[in-house]
Amino acid sequence: MTPPSDPLPPTFDPRARAARRRARRALAWTLAIGLGLPGALFLGVLVLSPLSDAKVLHGLVGWVTLGRAHPESWSGGGQLLLRVVLLALLALVLVTFGAVISGMTVWWEMRVSSRMQSRVGYNRVGAAGFLQWVADAVKLLLKEDLVPADADALLFRAAPYFVLVGFALTFVALPFGESLVAAPLDVGLFYVLAVTALVVVGILLAGWSSNSKWSLFGGMRAGAQVISYEIPAGLAAMVPVLMAGTLSLQGIIRGQGPWPWQWFFFENPFALVAFVVFFTAQLAEGNRTPFDLPEAESELVAGYLSEYSSFRFAIYFLVEFGNLWVMSAVAVTLFFGGWQVPFVGPETFQAARGAGDLPGLGWWALEALSMAVFVLKTFVLMNLVIWVRWTLPRIRVDQMMSVCWKYLVPFAFACLVGTLFWEILLVEVPAAGPATGYLLTAGFLVTAFFFLRLTYRNLAAVGDRIDLSNW
Amino acid sequence: MERLVLRRMQGDGEEMILNFGPQHPSTHGVINFMVETDGEVIRRAVPDVGYLHRSIEKIGETVGYPGFMPFTDRVDYVAAMFANEGYALAVERLLKLEAPPRAQWLRAVSCELCRIASHLIAVGTMTMDLGAFTPMLHGVREREVVNDLIEALCGARLTYNYHRIGGVAFDLPEGWRDRTLRFLDHFDRFLTEFDRLISFNEVYVKRLAKVAVIPAPLAKDYGLSGPNLRGAGVDWDLRRDLPYGAYPHFRFQVPVGKGFVGTRGDAFDRYYVRCLEMAESSKIVRQALESLPEGEYLAKVPRRIKPEPGEAFARVESARGELAYYVVSDGTEKAWRVRARTGSFTAMGIVDAVSPGLMVADLVALIASLDVVAPEIDR
Repeated sequence: MTPPSDPLPPTFDPRARAARRRARRALAWTLAIGLGLPGALFLGVLVLSPLSDAKVLHGLVGWVTLGRAHPESWSGGGQLLLRVVLLALLALVLVTFGAVISGMTVWWEMRVSSRMQSRVGYNRVGAAGFLQWVADAVKLLLKEDLVPADADALLFRAAPYFVLVGFALTFVALPFGESLVAAPLDVGLFYVLAVTALVVVGILLAGWSSNSKWSLFGGMRAGAQVISYEIPAGLAAMVPVLMAGTLSLQGIIRGQGPWPWQWFFFENPFALVAFVVFFTAQLAEGNRTPFDLPEAESELVAGYLSEYSSFRFAIYFLVEFGNLWVMSAVAVTLFFGGWQVPFVGPETFQAARGAGDLPGLGWWALEALSMAVFVLKTFVLMNLVIWVRWTLPRIRVDQMMSVCWKYLVPFAFACLVGTLFWEILLVEVPAAGPATGYLLTAGFLVTAFFFLRLTYRNLAAVGDRIDLSNW
Repeated sequence: MERLVLRRMQGDGEEMILNFGPQHPSTHGVINFMVETDGEVIRRAVPDVGYLHRSIEKIGETVGYPGFMPFTDRVDYVAAMFANEGYALAVERLLKLEAPPRAQWLRAVSCELCRIASHLIAVGTMTMDLGAFTPMLHGVREREVVNDLIEALCGARLTYNYHRIGGVAFDLPEGWRDRTLRFLDHFDRFLTEFDRLISFNEVYVKRLAKVAVIPAPLAKDYGLSGPNLRGAGVDWDLRRDLPYGAYPHFRFQVPVGKGFVGTRGDAFDRYYVRCLEMAESSKIVRQALESLPEGEYLAKVPRRIKPEPGEAFARVESARGELAYYVVSDGTEKAWRVRARTGSFTAMGIVDAVSPGLMVADLVALIASLDVVAPEIDR
């Protein structure tokens, strides 16, 4: 059947022109929001987080007021007020960043999964459906906030806040770049592991207070799962701590180098195994497939979320996807060299900073570069999580437990002890570290090559082709 | 009824009674399972069916013989072609009439395509129930092509109403044979891809191997049929053992469960037998299209169908087991009694026997591996 011939050439068809105009406008909006919003937030992090250092803050205030104001000579109250205002601004930027990155992750995950599943995916709101997450958020906020009749109303209402707080607090210690961290805590890793544990309290409360059997199942599963997997996660996280000799996240990154063979992941064979353990445990803590038992749609309807609607549901959703960023960022920090930029060592940063209170322009550029490196690595790891989610089926409750206690915990312990011996070996034979780094990196590249070749062959065998045209 | 079951299930107070349905994402329609659980472990699961009862058998007594054909589609809307075929065969036996050879070949082609479509849904939803969403959509993608083919054949994608008493409604459209063969070439490759994607995935195998084992004697006792029976290791297929229509003319294997990864008769066997059956169906369609006889596709049937008083029984190998029709005529234009025997209904019976000791997640795997479709249970 031939399509009916168009009387007008497409260029002169007013409807086609209007459609093209609409598409152009949608693209402009999408680009403005998609690049502007995270851009503004990254800029906010870039500018605001070094200011938590009082000297830099005072220097900036002096620079902005053209040298007329001298905060260092202000009274204690004035200085405190300045700091509080700054910290409030920084906190706002960080929490907003968490929310926005979560929304954009949803979009990205849905686009990726739709490509994996031969379907179209988001394509209605904005260009490539990018603004769907905004539409979803607005829809959820406009829905009725329902509390079931026999639910424990107080706990039911309070539960989402535990989850949100546990998520938002991680951003305090999460580094974005060389000096870009809200609070460079000496016990940063310990702090991050501790506050993420708050999330499970919220989930348990949700499961209990909903007064629904499905929610109870989900809450109990989540409790058992998250608490169990914190043990291998914590043990595996101790491996980079041993290698760097500090609990500070910035210190752990400084203990690594910019090149792959200088990352902890490749520098120590035990760290490689520790990463696998850590990554698996993080998946379980984030309730991601194959560990999505607490929500398990086909078994528990929606698990602990069954009775939630509206704003409170949105919070759980936000945290679940925002956690993707957190878990990837922590893993990048611990094992993949964090923000380390090739050819830019600590001396370069020091030199670019200059002697004054306010760092020079070159320093800010270097900071932005380190942030870009960090974001890129995090993004790669996030894609790995998404890929795993849309490939694997869910495991069973007893299997979830045996994976944790029979495999991950012993392996994590072995890695811990192995790393101790490894450090002793490094003292005796310092060349062992770089040698392992080169060897494992080469091994990784060879594995990646064979993997890609196998993927290509599998695709070719079915007569498929790699088609990226429909983005 | 619910109260009765609940009272019967009252234990020592340690168990939780869980209503697994009627609105639940993995009950494949409106079915309720009353589950007595001790934590995550199931003590007992009692299926509570009947939510989708639409009196289809009674309707068969109130409309004329040809008029009932569209209603048979609704018996099992995932594999409607078999319900068509079974009813047509039963009435033809009542009329002592045989469909012309071309019609019988077309019936085989349409039924085997329908079996492919139905099994794609079965294995797809099974992977989805186990938490993997991607394979399901890959299955649905292929099923869409089958639906397109069947739509070109009879104008409908779900409730086909293609078979007629004495033949089929339409002949093949132009170019259909080549289109179908092209699809089958692709489909055979797809099956190996599907195996690589999910069938032998480690997590998937661990979830299904040695889970919800149905031994062959138990399967026979409960009257299981079709892939569920063959999954239990019983070599029985109506198409080969009590052949009807064009099936004696085709060469095909009957896949039987033999503990592919675990024990014989476990959930994986029932799953994988369906995967293998799709390949066999593809073979049958190829053979049928190659040896398609020329001639009439609909026998000369009187406009007013008034069979002699008597009874007829016909059974076909449906995608969900044996689908049988028992039709009794009293010599008028309407049947005196129509009765359908469906595979899903008998499959439901065995849930009570197999479920004790399973985890809640295994119950989902059990239901999915039995491939029940709610309207076929209740009719």
